[in-house]
Amino acid sequence: MFSSFNDPFEALFALQRALDARTASDWMGRGTAASGSFPPINIFQKGEDFVAIVELPGLDKSDLEIEAKENTIRISGKKTIAYGQQASVHRRERVAGVFDRTLSVPIRIEPGGIKAEYRDGVLSLFIPRADADKPRAIKIS
Amino acid sequence: MAQELQVQQKREVEKKTEGTIPARVFVPVTDIFETPEALTVVLEMPGVGPNSIEANVENDIVTIEGRIDFTKYEGMQPVYTEYNVGHYARSFQISNKIDQGKISAEMKDGVVTLVLPKAEQAKARRIKVA
Repeated sequence: MFSSFNDPFEALFALQRALDARTASDWMGRGTAASGSFPPINIFQKGEDFVAIVELPGLDKSDLEIEAKENTIRISGKKTIAYGQQASVHRRERVAGVFDRTLSVPIRIEPGGIKAEYRDGVLSLFIPRADADKPRAIKIS
Repeated sequence: MAQELQVQQKREVEKKTEGTIPARVFVPVTDIFETPEALTVVLEMPGVGPNSIEANVENDIVTIEGRIDFTKYEGMQPVYTEYNVGHYARSFQISNKIDQGKISAEMKDGVVTLVLPKAEQAKARRIKVA
């Protein structure tokens, strides 16, 4: 856990370690057999809800499609790269193409309440947990 | 049929000198292409905002650094991860035929486009065959 952000130099290192510690954790169960597929996804818990953060640099928002049903979220789209005419390519590391990835989260979510935001090449999906899935305090009589 | 995209594993910067902070820095995936007018360097830095880019030219070496804003991860606990995050840095040796005063950079959707215009004398002249 990287709860302390008081020290900005330590904070990023702590975040990197926390991310490493959960690399391909079994939290998803068999929900995403597609680990290793494009695009790479990180999932966080924030309070009672969840946030999925996906790195998708250089995409046009209109080429991105997100669907949600029950506990399944599908992210699909295409990425295009234009070099323009007359260009001779010296180095080509970026890749273009199509992608289609479905993930089933092992929790009950509110598919209608999912919010998506694309900024600086990063897609953030705010996934609210279904009320029925939230833990309830049990009163002792 | 379009090519199906594959995940590219992030490569860490191999430094000749060590940083003062232990955090890892990544190598941005880069395309470089040349037109008659300029050399264009395109780097992918997801999570880096337009004001967090720094490009420098010194001794014919162009260095581009991008800093991510990781404060948005505050209060979030990772449950499942497939990639790591960190700042980006990469440098390239360029020829001195670049007009260093006219270098421009643009950032959009996590992609930096650096245009290095060729110096006048470096532009090719068409030679007529008599």
